[in-house]
Amino acid sequence: MPEKLAGDIAVVGAGPAGMAAAVRAAEAGARVVLLDEGPRAGGQIWKHAASPPRGARPWIERLKRSRAVLRSGWQVVFAEPGRLFAEPVSGPAEEGVEVQCRVLVLATGARELFLPFPGWTLPGVVGVGAAQALVKSGLDVRGRRTVVAGSGPLLLAAAGALSSAGARVQLVAEQASRASVLAFAFGLAKQPGKLAAAAALRLKFPAARYRPGTWIASAEGNGSVERVLATDGRRSREIACDLLCCGYGLVPNLELPELLGCEVARGRVVVDDFQRTSVSSVFCAGEATGVGGVELALAEGEIAGLAAAGKAGEARSLFRRRSALTAFAASLDQAFALRPELKAAARGDTIVCRCEDVPLSRFAPSWSRRQAKLYTRAGMGPCQGRVCGPALEFLFGWGADSVRIPVRPASLASFLEISHSEKEGAATP
Amino acid sequence: MSLRIVVDGRPVAARETDTVAAALMNAGVAALRASVGGQPRGPLCAMGICFECRVTIDGRAHRRACLELCRDGMRVETSA
Repeated sequence: MPEKLAGDIAVVGAGPAGMAAAVRAAEAGARVVLLDEGPRAGGQIWKHAASPPRGARPWIERLKRSRAVLRSGWQVVFAEPGRLFAEPVSGPAEEGVEVQCRVLVLATGARELFLPFPGWTLPGVVGVGAAQALVKSGLDVRGRRTVVAGSGPLLLAAAGALSSAGARVQLVAEQASRASVLAFAFGLAKQPGKLAAAAALRLKFPAARYRPGTWIASAEGNGSVERVLATDGRRSREIACDLLCCGYGLVPNLELPELLGCEVARGRVVVDDFQRTSVSSVFCAGEATGVGGVELALAEGEIAGLAAAGKAGEARSLFRRRSALTAFAASLDQAFALRPELKAAARGDTIVCRCEDVPLSRFAPSWSRRQAKLYTRAGMGPCQGRVCGPALEFLFGWGADSVRIPVRPASLASFLEISHSEKEGAATP
Repeated sequence: MSLRIVVDGRPVAARETDTVAAALMNAGVAALRASVGGQPRGPLCAMGICFECRVTIDGRAHRRACLELCRDGMRVETSA
């Protein structure tokens, strides 16, 4: 039998948004259960081994002092309004945990957008956020010749962190044009804290190695990456490297909200002023409602937590802070819009679905995501289309297919438990 | 280095704060598995999303190396 937990509010995800929601709701007197996949609270942005980053500390402290119950290392595989079922992510444990609650707050965060190009499946080609995560979880990059590529402010943050950790950063290739990047940096000047942070990151490696208007055409190597071809569309340059970190920005994790029936539009969960989704007992906060960074995630999380705990007045007092931060999110989207040339990077034999090894040539542009799945198995492997889905959307404009349980590969025991409880539920008048 | 894991029968030094993915990359093991078409694959997302880094750990298949922390004596089998 799985363990059962009950609370007024269950929060999924202990990144900034989820922690803020759990803290504010628990401080308001609600019984809160917080489930998170990571080994400790912080999410991807505040991932840490020993000591948490400065911004995370007050929230981690408040979370500890609050009476919220944090369960780290659990992934939700099934959800319906009022009920969640989670499995342990790692370690020897097998048994799942069932959480019952009145209200759900989803703070599922975002993942990296990966786009296919020849050689992107080689070992040694990782994401940009992934490289940072690997360094934080013990990867020794000292002396590694490294290329950072893709798009967005994360490139500079990662290049700075990798340099500090001893990597030899050869190139930072930003696909957005120099004009876009400059316009974005000028916008940052209105937010002095952010500009200072960006400047500090830049200083850790030679500024000349930051190349806007540049992207990776291909990667090559025998068994793992050995060199990449970087291009600006006119000229190409070969660069030897042991590590290629390539990510084209972030995409919200929408699987749980969609499973719960929450309305999604333009790739993000639709919420009202109180962060309530179209399902009245489900709130959503952070990157899942649109990628906007830590500060916005915190504001949204606080509002969601307060509103979920019935403190509408206090939630309302945070609306102004949130709207100021939303403008920054919009400028991000605009500055780092993806250039159409990236669609031409993959060749016919380039793998698009890595789980099922489906090459680009197998897809017909007139299809839908569902057809692609039925005809080629793209999206039917263990990642469930989390990697190829957004890539296919970029390449062909196909929207997401419907989400089914389990939302992660689950054990047979969990599956039996879920279907057993579903039958029980169905039998109750 | 405070502990040892065993990778395909070979001892590898690691720390308890290292994930299996990081420990394997540090040991020069680039490919953790072969894809359905036989291509070598290593970690991609490092956050449990892509499943490219799955290995067998202490007899349990399909464990994500990026999410498992090293434990002394842990037995890791790759399939590349």
